[in-house]
Amino acid sequence: MQHVSAVREPLVTGGKTYHDVTVDVCRQVEAKPNVRWMAALSVALFFLGIFLYSVYRTLWYGIGEWGLNKTVGWAWDITNFVWWVGIGHAGTLISAVLLLFRQKWRSSINRAAEAMTIFAVICAAMFPVLHMGRPWLAYWVFPLQNTFGSLWANFNSPLLWDVFAISTYFTVSLVFWYTGLVPDFATIRDRAKGPIAKVAYSLLSMGWTGSAKHWSRYETVSLILAGVSTPLVLSVHTIVSMDFATSVVPGWHTTIFPPYFVAGAIFSGFAMVLTLMLITRVVFKLEDYITLEHIALMNKIMMITGSIVGVAYITEFFIAWYSQVEFEQYAFINRATGPYWWAYAAMMTCNVITPQLVWIRKVRYSIPLTFVLSIIVNIGMWFERFVIIVTSLHRDYLPSSWVMFSPTRIDIGIYVGTLGLFFTLFLLFAKFFPVINMAEVKTILKYTVDNGPTYTGVDPHAHAPHQTTTHGVPATAPVNYNKHD
Amino acid sequence: MQESPKYWKGIEELESSPEFVKTALSEFGEFLPMKEAYGTSDATVAPRRDFLKLMGFGIAAATLASCEAPVRKAIPYLNKPEEVDPGIANFYASTYFNGTDYNSVLVKTREGRPIKLEGNPESPITRGGLSARAQASVLNLYDGGRLQHFAIKGQKAATDKVDQEIRTKLAGVTGRIAIVSNTIISPTTKKVIAEFAARYPNTQHVQYDANSSSALLRANGGVLPSYDFSKANVIVSLDADFLGTWLSPVEFAKQYVTNRKVSSTKKTMSRHFQFETALTLTGSNADVRVAAKPSEMGTIALELYNEIAGTGSTQNAKLKKAAAELKAARAAGLVVSGSNNVAVQTLVAAINQALGSAAVDLASPSMLRQGDDARMVQLVNDMNSGAVGAVIFYNANPAYDHPLADKVKTGIAKVPLSISLNDRLDETGSLCYYACPDHNYLESWNDYEPKRGYLSLAQPVISPLFATRQAQDSLLTWAGNPQSYYNYLKASWRGVLTGDFQKAWDAAVHDGVAMGTLSAAAPAPSAPAMSVQQAVSALSAAPKGSGVELALYEKVGIGTGSCEANNPWLQELPDPVSKATWGNYLAVPREMAVTNKWEQGDVVKITANGKSIELPVLIQPGQAKGTVSIAIGYGRESAGKVGDKVGANVYPMAMITANGIQYANTVTLEKTGSQSPIAQTQTHHTIMDRMVQVVQESTLAQYVKNPKEVTEYEKIATPDGLEAPNKVSLWDDYEYKNHHWGMAIDLNSCIGCGSCVIGCQVENNIAVVGKQEVINRREMHWMRIDRYYSSDHHKDEFETKGKLDTYAAMEDPSDNPSVIFQPMMCQHCNHAPCETVCPVLATTHSSEGLNQMTYNRCVGTRYCANNCPYKVRRFNWFSYTSNEKFENVNGHMFTDLGRMVLNPDVTVRARGVMEKCSFCVQRIQLGKLEAKKQKRRPKDGEVVTACAQSCPTEAIVFGDMRDPETRISKLLRREDGERAFHVLDTINVQPNVTYLTKIRNTEKSAFSVEENA
Repeated sequence: MQHVSAVREPLVTGGKTYHDVTVDVCRQVEAKPNVRWMAALSVALFFLGIFLYSVYRTLWYGIGEWGLNKTVGWAWDITNFVWWVGIGHAGTLISAVLLLFRQKWRSSINRAAEAMTIFAVICAAMFPVLHMGRPWLAYWVFPLQNTFGSLWANFNSPLLWDVFAISTYFTVSLVFWYTGLVPDFATIRDRAKGPIAKVAYSLLSMGWTGSAKHWSRYETVSLILAGVSTPLVLSVHTIVSMDFATSVVPGWHTTIFPPYFVAGAIFSGFAMVLTLMLITRVVFKLEDYITLEHIALMNKIMMITGSIVGVAYITEFFIAWYSQVEFEQYAFINRATGPYWWAYAAMMTCNVITPQLVWIRKVRYSIPLTFVLSIIVNIGMWFERFVIIVTSLHRDYLPSSWVMFSPTRIDIGIYVGTLGLFFTLFLLFAKFFPVINMAEVKTILKYTVDNGPTYTGVDPHAHAPHQTTTHGVPATAPVNYNKHD
Repeated sequence: MQESPKYWKGIEELESSPEFVKTALSEFGEFLPMKEAYGTSDATVAPRRDFLKLMGFGIAAATLASCEAPVRKAIPYLNKPEEVDPGIANFYASTYFNGTDYNSVLVKTREGRPIKLEGNPESPITRGGLSARAQASVLNLYDGGRLQHFAIKGQKAATDKVDQEIRTKLAGVTGRIAIVSNTIISPTTKKVIAEFAARYPNTQHVQYDANSSSALLRANGGVLPSYDFSKANVIVSLDADFLGTWLSPVEFAKQYVTNRKVSSTKKTMSRHFQFETALTLTGSNADVRVAAKPSEMGTIALELYNEIAGTGSTQNAKLKKAAAELKAARAAGLVVSGSNNVAVQTLVAAINQALGSAAVDLASPSMLRQGDDARMVQLVNDMNSGAVGAVIFYNANPAYDHPLADKVKTGIAKVPLSISLNDRLDETGSLCYYACPDHNYLESWNDYEPKRGYLSLAQPVISPLFATRQAQDSLLTWAGNPQSYYNYLKASWRGVLTGDFQKAWDAAVHDGVAMGTLSAAAPAPSAPAMSVQQAVSALSAAPKGSGVELALYEKVGIGTGSCEANNPWLQELPDPVSKATWGNYLAVPREMAVTNKWEQGDVVKITANGKSIELPVLIQPGQAKGTVSIAIGYGRESAGKVGDKVGANVYPMAMITANGIQYANTVTLEKTGSQSPIAQTQTHHTIMDRMVQVVQESTLAQYVKNPKEVTEYEKIATPDGLEAPNKVSLWDDYEYKNHHWGMAIDLNSCIGCGSCVIGCQVENNIAVVGKQEVINRREMHWMRIDRYYSSDHHKDEFETKGKLDTYAAMEDPSDNPSVIFQPMMCQHCNHAPCETVCPVLATTHSSEGLNQMTYNRCVGTRYCANNCPYKVRRFNWFSYTSNEKFENVNGHMFTDLGRMVLNPDVTVRARGVMEKCSFCVQRIQLGKLEAKKQKRRPKDGEVVTACAQSCPTEAIVFGDMRDPETRISKLLRREDGERAFHVLDTINVQPNVTYLTKIRNTEKSAFSVEENA
């Protein structure tokens, strides 16, 4: 029994009751894995295998297994790193910024988006470690107490800032995500039938009872974490961009990088959220929770951030001309017309031109077109990082050192391997964790006193209410707001 | 039974039960649970605690055993040898001569191991310079490809047995005995051969040179003129690469630059014309270079002769100008030719004579080439006809490096007794019945007379590594002389040293050089082989070339391909001009590649003399139209693991004429369709109009007019107007309280020879990475020489053609480009961009201005390399000391034998760390410590980097910039505002390396926009 506003599109369609929400979301967790999920996991595990093999080659033989050379010291590694970190941004933006702005529509997508953030950051974090010549000494980048005398980390180095930025981001995102999961874990715990599931979800739900005190703390913590995360949305990619902006390499040494990178990160993050959501809603039959309206809204954000990025691309060229610095001018001319012109063309097409199609309402509301668009944007954003990193490095100051870069099989293997890692984690998440925040979605099933969700009796397939009464207030007590009774 | 006691200690005593009585008498009243505590005595039962104890011990022991580092025995001296102090290097004078170029050297030894060669400043000939080949020759000592024992048919044999058999067979030889060698400049070795010939009177000694100069000898009546380029103000060279490979390049380079260096007090320069086919090192240093076909060289010589004689009517403007300047210079003019055509050399001699050139000296002729082509060809024929009964090859490999190699091979099979004294089972040695390998020169005593009146000595610096024997000792043994060669040599020198012999001998051994001659009195020069008239008519009648002409040339690193071929340092030394490593290639002019639709790396089949080889194409700017060039010295079959099958052998393509061997031929070329990438260390060749920021040059006229206007200094805009870039900084400057090390590189003196590259590699244990890794652009050289070709397109076309088109066009070098060389290594920036970005402080600034790399702190993020504007940082992509991929090319870091060459003062870098030029910090430390021990400041010139030490032209000056009295401080003061500039000054990294603008003796500079506008 869902309230239908005369003017506003409902955020959840299909006339869902609270109970329906619980059942719809928990179904995936409680049912046996279906064939499609198994097939998807097998593919993901296959790519994870490629990742492990490529990592083995890299660690055993050295970075020489990659295509880097004396002039191009970073290429696919840092491209992938920035790409993954960028993808991670949408999660924080949706969960934190949109929470602060009271954008209720975020509730059905924030869980998956946050999960995506965490897995993307995990994938991203692989690269700073793997790209090191001696990754077993990676802990030296932490300012740990040591026996090396006065030797400590170099606080001038943007790479060190990266370490702090990424680790802070990962920690806060993880805590935020987990906090949101706790009530839903408790729901699953209460519904769990098998002994393993019961124990596992009991541990995961950390004794959540759903008392008013718990909910009050939950709300407070969510708000605080949202407040903490919001600056991170801006800071993480700002700091990542400083890896480039603070250097002397023409094409990197650009003050526009921080805002440009943040916009690009949100851009690519939303594209990735769309890709995942479009699949998830079909596979898990969540069309009523992730509606066309969600898709249209995310498309709009994508278009706006894509346009910001486009303006940034043009500004770089303007500044190169305006500065009259020969090296910078050449760097940009070479970017657009040099041997890597195709990468630049791919970037411009995918990131600036195609998102403009979203102005057309039909495109915005079309699921297949949105899906294609989101993939194109992800490709474009990968090329953006490739263009920035490789085309700037391969022809910098001294023409004697100009080179070309081409990836090896191991380069490609590590990249597609992290996709395997990402999807493995995401599929496991989708199977074992509630992909939609049940507790929060229930708050947006707009109800009135007259016509709110009604408890319609004991569902024989659901757990019996009396089972939970012994534990105090049931976490997901069936609600009966019918005050007329 | 006792009665009950009156007093009792307990109720048990009172009761006195039998059990109590029994236990009361025993020492331990109660049962001790020993058995339970320590288990049963039954050995078949393993108690749990014992099991755990044993297991724990086992695991710990196994872990410890597997963790143990391999035992490396370091045994102290029982009796410390005199002079040898562990950790302190000893230097011994010696001489390098490998049949081609002569260098007087100082051998640096550590704990008895030769580890590096440096130029011997005492030598009046090479004067402290050292060629790349000589630098690298220390590795030949530790070459695993050397034959380590005497052999019969390749099988190990006892020395005595071999000697006995050879002496028996020599005694019974019917027919001639031939000793075949490259040029021998050792007078005492010749004496030994003479003694051998006296014992076996039918002995004939045949010398030949793989890259022959027999025409030059014949045209000058059997002597090789010695040249002094410092006496020449106008130099015209007809295909003579005298700075790179011709006769005595180090000596010539030293002389050449004396007239090329300029300063505010000497504003004159020699003028250098070069007519050549391939773009050589010499041609790229010339003021005027004309590309010409090999078949045109005769005409050029003839026209030049006619011009000098005053009867010329040449249409060639540049030739006319050369002739006019030669005539004006008179005695200060010099013409040299690398041709092996007697007619050309006759005319060149006649020109020099007509000019009265002071630079040509026939009185103390050079000995460096004595090969006689005709005699060698005769010998090859005789071997095949059966007239030769025995042949001894000494430092000669004609089965590889003679155009008639096939006939040499069949000939050796027909000679009953064949002996090889070569150091390995090379192409010739493996065909010989006996192999009696010679010592390496660092294990031998020997003397040399590179120029009449100039003597030089080699002394052993290590006891022989293998069961080899010095060739001279072998010959003496077979000649029946029981004397050792050392005594023989000493005796031979008795006549030449004056005063107390022992004293004089010691001094000569110490200095490595002495004055005097040991050669037989010079016979009056015989009449030249050809008169001038004959030469003129021969050249006038010479047929014009047809088809595609092939010119063969020698590479600076590999030379004629003897033991250099198995030297990985030389294989990886980039060609100074093409920057190609690891193999030869077909150098073609751009026009030919375009016509035939060849891309760089396309494999082409080359056919000449009925023989074919396949080589990849390299588009070479400056290559004469209608010609192709291929380097000799490649395509070895049995040189060793490094050198085998690198490139293709082109010796069989040389032409044998009655006039001698001609290193040119007409060839047919055919594309095969396959690809073979060329390993170049530089793949972008033009300066892209960055002259002002990167490498500056100007003309002599400009320099004479106003030295303050030859260098352009960029300014940056500040609120106070235009300022020098270093006037504005966000950073605090370092304060240097003690030293401030710096370097100055004079681009006018640098000829680009690559000697410093090898010097640096040897000094700093730099790994060799092999062909594939060079193709992957991962060579490890800390010091490189950037080479830029000029382009026909310049910034002034921006307005007319647009920026995009002009930049694209700038990438193409000119067809006959101007060339500029720039040695490039870590610039040791005072505001170093690499230092700020390292997250772990692995690269930091020293209190003496050095940018230091701490290898064991490096985690390998490569951020420093990305942020280095000069791209001088090198990353260890693999473990070059243990990855089997590098076992062949970097073998000297894999074996105990090879590791002896490593410099113990420099760490061998691990996989995954960054490395770069350290300004030879180990040498700086040594210099400072030596001074400290003597309680004084280091003197200028005491601390010299390896590159500065090896530079034959003294282009590199290193020193303390804080001390105003050092050479570098004076130089920088003098050149400040004139020629001194920093590379990429505008980005304000404030390098400690200063370059001095190149000055060309031309009307305009191809690298300067203003001049072209």
